[in-house]
Amino acid sequence: MIGIMRSMALVMKVALTRKPVTIQYPEVHREIPNRDRAFPILIWDEEHDEPFCTGCHACERACPVECMTVVMKDNPKHAAGESKRRKIIDEFWIDYARCMRCNICVEVCNFEAIGMNNTWAGHELSRYDRKDLVMDVEMLLSQSKDGKVDPGLRA
Amino acid sequence: MVAEHERSLEVVDIPINMGPQHPSTHGVFRMVLMVDGEKCVDVIPHIGYMHRGGEKLMEAMDFRQGIGYCDRTEYLAQFSAELAYVMAVERLMDVQVPERAEYIRVILTELNRLSSHFMFMGAFGIDSGVFGTSFTYAFPQREYLQELFEEVSGDRLMYAYFRVGGLAWEVTDNFVQRCHEVLKHTQQGIRDIDELLTKNEIFIGRCQGIGAFTAEQAIANGLSGPMLRASGVPWDLRKDEPYSVYDRFNFEIPVGNYGDVYDRYLVRLEEMRQSVSIVEQALEQLPAEGPIVAEKLPRRLRTPPGEVYAKVESPRGEWGVYLVSKGGDKPYRLKMRSPSFCNLSALREMCLNQFLADAVMILGSMDIVLCCVDR
Repeated sequence: MIGIMRSMALVMKVALTRKPVTIQYPEVHREIPNRDRAFPILIWDEEHDEPFCTGCHACERACPVECMTVVMKDNPKHAAGESKRRKIIDEFWIDYARCMRCNICVEVCNFEAIGMNNTWAGHELSRYDRKDLVMDVEMLLSQSKDGKVDPGLRA
Repeated sequence: MVAEHERSLEVVDIPINMGPQHPSTHGVFRMVLMVDGEKCVDVIPHIGYMHRGGEKLMEAMDFRQGIGYCDRTEYLAQFSAELAYVMAVERLMDVQVPERAEYIRVILTELNRLSSHFMFMGAFGIDSGVFGTSFTYAFPQREYLQELFEEVSGDRLMYAYFRVGGLAWEVTDNFVQRCHEVLKHTQQGIRDIDELLTKNEIFIGRCQGIGAFTAEQAIANGLSGPMLRASGVPWDLRKDEPYSVYDRFNFEIPVGNYGDVYDRYLVRLEEMRQSVSIVEQALEQLPAEGPIVAEKLPRRLRTPPGEVYAKVESPRGEWGVYLVSKGGDKPYRLKMRSPSFCNLSALREMCLNQFLADAVMILGSMDIVLCCVDR
């Protein structure tokens, strides 16, 4: 009997003294840490006004779930003498439905061209069709281009 | 007349199906209980609903890619699973891990043990009929731990933070301070659970004396972890076969007397206090500076041919990784010895001649992770 009374006293004490730790999620967003790993995005080189990515296939080869497809092309800006990058990405697809967010692509990248999205936009990706989760190069670059994302983890 | 009528009645055992989608089976586990009245006379477990062939998948991956799959196998004690895997590869390659990395590994693994045991406390309370109360007390504290893991590794559940030869990246600058903050919440949570359940007569009445296993039975069934220690066998890999830097800490191994469900709860509760003590000691001894990855590691890891078995004490018991390599950058064969699977094999013997309602408690006290059972 004493044990039950003590349990109930604890419940009363907690109910009166402690505040709830939960938040009303869709209205209120928790602050997420800088290193948060949502999904990989490509990073925009402001200086040369082109992506950092040269399409070297390093991330594609290292990906454990083979969720990436990279196509490389000759950089037209290199021919014009505006950029040092000989090659640049033509197409880049990442299937977010397949990605297991292991950060290996970021680790192997030699150009710091890929990073993990650390904003809520990287988490709230519900779609009606899983085909919509295959992101193309515009989608992957758009957030970094607009300056919305600064990935905490880079190579 | 009445006697003749009774004689014509046939007595049969009734099979009762439980699972695979039953809240008390902690995952997709199905068991068929043969009951004679209220007592179980036979238990037929059905596993394999979560089988994904993870071991085979890892054979097609190199030693960095496989780490992500360790998380997904043991999703409540991810750091323990990662540690066993990287330890196996390190032993095969003969890599010396820097001291600072070892300490951080131990701190995170012990904090992970705390978060896993909080999960057990919450879920076990629900099994025993405390309903949501224990869950609502255990989960906020677990959340603090997970926030810390998220700050360090970047993900709430699938950390993928350990690497062969050390860690993937440096911890945050305020790591030590954050650990102390989190430990305060953790100790609060342990006190709460202790006060709520340990002396509660209803809880004791529900737990005491059911599913009792003697030390001989426990050893014969190959139990490990808190299940084995509750039966009175002081076997803990952290103490008996120290790996990493566990031999530098002072801690005790809690042991139960009767091996029943209540003892398993008590052992886990005491283990949480010991884990807090280990983390505190490790934070004190943690070198402030130093490398976190072993030197001279090749970019593409290759092991010499050979085989190795690395084991760690996960919150559920002995988590082992048996790795066979024929050279090259991928394992030739990988086998994970999961404590959940081995402990679950004792379910039938524990449930025999117990009440049907107690079978739920016995299963709950095993603290199984179904991903880890089926792999």
